[in-house]
Amino acid sequence: MNANTVPACRAADYRSEVKPIWCPGCGDYHVLMAFTRAFVALGVRPEQVAVVSGIGCSSRIPAYTNCYGFHGVHGRALAVATGLKIVRPDLTVVVASGDGDGYSIGGNHFLHACRRNVDLTYVVMDNHIYGMTKGQPSPTTEPDFDTALTPGGTGLRPFHPLVIALASGANFVARAFSGNPAETAAIIVEAIRHPGFSFVEVLSPCVTYRPDQRAWKDRVHRAPVDATDDAARAARRVMTDDGFNLGVLYRGSRPAYAPRHDTAVTDSAELEREFEL
Amino acid sequence: MAAASSISVAFVGSGGAGVLTSGRLLLEAACAAGWHGLFTRCVGPQIRGGEAAALVRVAIDPIECHGDRFDLLVGVDWLNAHRFETEIPLGPGSVVISDPQAGDPPAIVAASGARVIELRLKELTTANPAWRGNMIALGAAVKLLRLDQDELADLIEKRFREKGPAVVAASLAAAHAGIAAVANDELDLELARPRATAARRWLITGNEAVGLGAIRGGIRFAAAYPITPASEVLEWLAPNLTRVGGSLVQAEDELASINMIIGGSYGGAPSLTATSGPGLSLMIEALGLATAAEVPIVIVNVMRGGPSTGIPTKSEQADLNIAVYGVHGDAPHIVVAPQSIPDCLLATQWAVHLAESLQAPAILLSDQFLGQALAAIPRPADVSFIGQRQKATTVVAPYRRYALTADGVSPMAMPGLSGGQYTAESLTHTERGLPSTSASDHHAQLDKRRDKLERFAYGDLWATIEGQGTLAIMVWGSLTGAAREAVAQLASAGHAVRLIAPRLLSPARPQEMAAALDGVQRLLVVEQSHGAQFYRYLRAHYSLPDNTSVLHHPGPLPIRPGEICRELLAGLTR
Repeated sequence: MNANTVPACRAADYRSEVKPIWCPGCGDYHVLMAFTRAFVALGVRPEQVAVVSGIGCSSRIPAYTNCYGFHGVHGRALAVATGLKIVRPDLTVVVASGDGDGYSIGGNHFLHACRRNVDLTYVVMDNHIYGMTKGQPSPTTEPDFDTALTPGGTGLRPFHPLVIALASGANFVARAFSGNPAETAAIIVEAIRHPGFSFVEVLSPCVTYRPDQRAWKDRVHRAPVDATDDAARAARRVMTDDGFNLGVLYRGSRPAYAPRHDTAVTDSAELEREFEL
Repeated sequence: MAAASSISVAFVGSGGAGVLTSGRLLLEAACAAGWHGLFTRCVGPQIRGGEAAALVRVAIDPIECHGDRFDLLVGVDWLNAHRFETEIPLGPGSVVISDPQAGDPPAIVAASGARVIELRLKELTTANPAWRGNMIALGAAVKLLRLDQDELADLIEKRFREKGPAVVAASLAAAHAGIAAVANDELDLELARPRATAARRWLITGNEAVGLGAIRGGIRFAAAYPITPASEVLEWLAPNLTRVGGSLVQAEDELASINMIIGGSYGGAPSLTATSGPGLSLMIEALGLATAAEVPIVIVNVMRGGPSTGIPTKSEQADLNIAVYGVHGDAPHIVVAPQSIPDCLLATQWAVHLAESLQAPAILLSDQFLGQALAAIPRPADVSFIGQRQKATTVVAPYRRYALTADGVSPMAMPGLSGGQYTAESLTHTERGLPSTSASDHHAQLDKRRDKLERFAYGDLWATIEGQGTLAIMVWGSLTGAAREAVAQLASAGHAVRLIAPRLLSPARPQEMAAALDGVQRLLVVEQSHGAQFYRYLRAHYSLPDNTSVLHHPGPLPIRPGEICRELLAGLTR
């Protein structure tokens, strides 16, 4: 069987037999569904996709797919994915993260992944809470949200990932809601197709530690205006919107990172010339 | 006048005075004429200002360390010389060149009994403003070592050509003034003529040799963050990796650099990073990831003084503990230490081979001394091994990435292989790579990762073992050269001494070490660490003779051959 006759895959072909550890009703089930639907729409074979993650509820996604997966350590998924994509530009590399993994412990890599603009798609499932460690505040948690670790709330202003992505040079910025898997899948498809670093923030409720987020489904709405190619305008919009504005918000045109390759030398013995006395 | 097989020269001055240029040109002039030699720098952390010393040893044979004392010390100025005085030992036979207008030499010079030759550098540079003191000092040293003056002129011309004919002319004139100024002076020793040889030689630093060894071993991807004294590895690799179709990316920090190379290696490219102590500390979590997920990587750690920021510009052997033990959980991995500048090439190539063969991380423990020393060496012999990773080519469903095999190594599927999909897993996992919290999976995978390292045939490269006898010196890394020179000194005094230097520090090789130590009655362990880390490591893993002692002190002071000899013999009468 050659590549031309490989039958098209169905969404189920991208799922593994592993049963998710997520709580019933978790938004991440729908993100997983959106991933598989996006891969179907792209027509990319499971073995040509790598799903890379760190640690947290969201980061369990790789093992639930039938793609190549990498479940690394906390906060470093973007670094792993960067090395992989530079070495294997032929692969579709999708990075899955959450608001703790991606914005707190992995915050520095987020800035530099945006700036470096490697052709990756970064999907962050944001539920404003650490779920796997049972309910501590993340960088996007509201300041007055009471937790055992921060009685009375953190008192800290939440982090604004979309503005940071825009300021740092992300080439594609979108917001999605896990409760709309078809729309989320469509956004992920566009994010993967867009060259360079694409950032998709997915509002994905935690029904266990943030039951209040069940109300998100009534608050989300489609962005009233089309995406812009002006990062400053996009940043102004996301800073002043209500946080539930969905859709593609910014499409940039920076060329994706490409390592310089120069195959001038066929024999590594030539490299030693500079040392000869 | 006695003919010496080596002569040691130090140039000292304020940072920016150009003493490092003097040192390098002196070594190049000697090497061009057929001698061997070594040039190291001894500097503070300042970019300009502060202190600098260039330490040069010229010899008729390849050398791997500085000697017991310096025969010639040239003070371009003495402003900060007190910071080096313990690093530049002198004796009654030493000669010191000093400018009477630059103040008195440090008290230690007078105390050593060295003979002082006056050289009026300041007067010369005031009368000729285009001249620089370091070139005058270089000329004087070339004359006193009786090196070829035409060769020196060629090197000066080559070195300063880009700066224009005026700079070349002034540098030549200054060097000649230095030669003239000591026209009637002599050292107490005369350097023996170089041996005639047609062997090809290289002039190379340890950090460059590591870079070359990496590419020869098959490394095609590197990610790294700048750090002293490892940056030269990266700066050599950056252009040269692209010449062989690979690439290097500068990461935002060491957490990123190690995770990037784990990603690159997962994708199929043999991958490496280089760092020093603070960076290695940051990489430790991901070192455990590479161990658990069985992703081959190579980490070059060029040791400097620690802990914390320590002494970035100076050498120490105090990262042994973190390299061998510094991972949470039981995480067996490979630790290899190069023993000389040529061995930086061999050991790196071997480390790549081991990492790839065993699908495990390998740490190469070099140090500032090896990394930043420039030496003339015979061209190292080519070695055949390159990284050979066992890859899955066909897959029987379901693919078991972490299958339990006889040798512990499981064929690794590369992304793109249909049916080979798996998740590289940091959690305890099953043979399939699925997360597990069961005791049986945990034990099975811990056993697998231990056994694959212990069952591997490492061959003779695991250690350097030289000589026979009931006396032995045990050493590792860059001190191997000093120990070898001590063995030679002891041999000429009638003592047969064995040299044992493990190149493979982890996993331990108890059977091989027992054979290496067979018949030894007196053992001296030598290392450059405050806490005697190597001695404690040896005690933990090996049976040592009853009469074992340890000579250890922290960096930046080197341990010299004479000190090793005295300590070994002192232990015989204790």
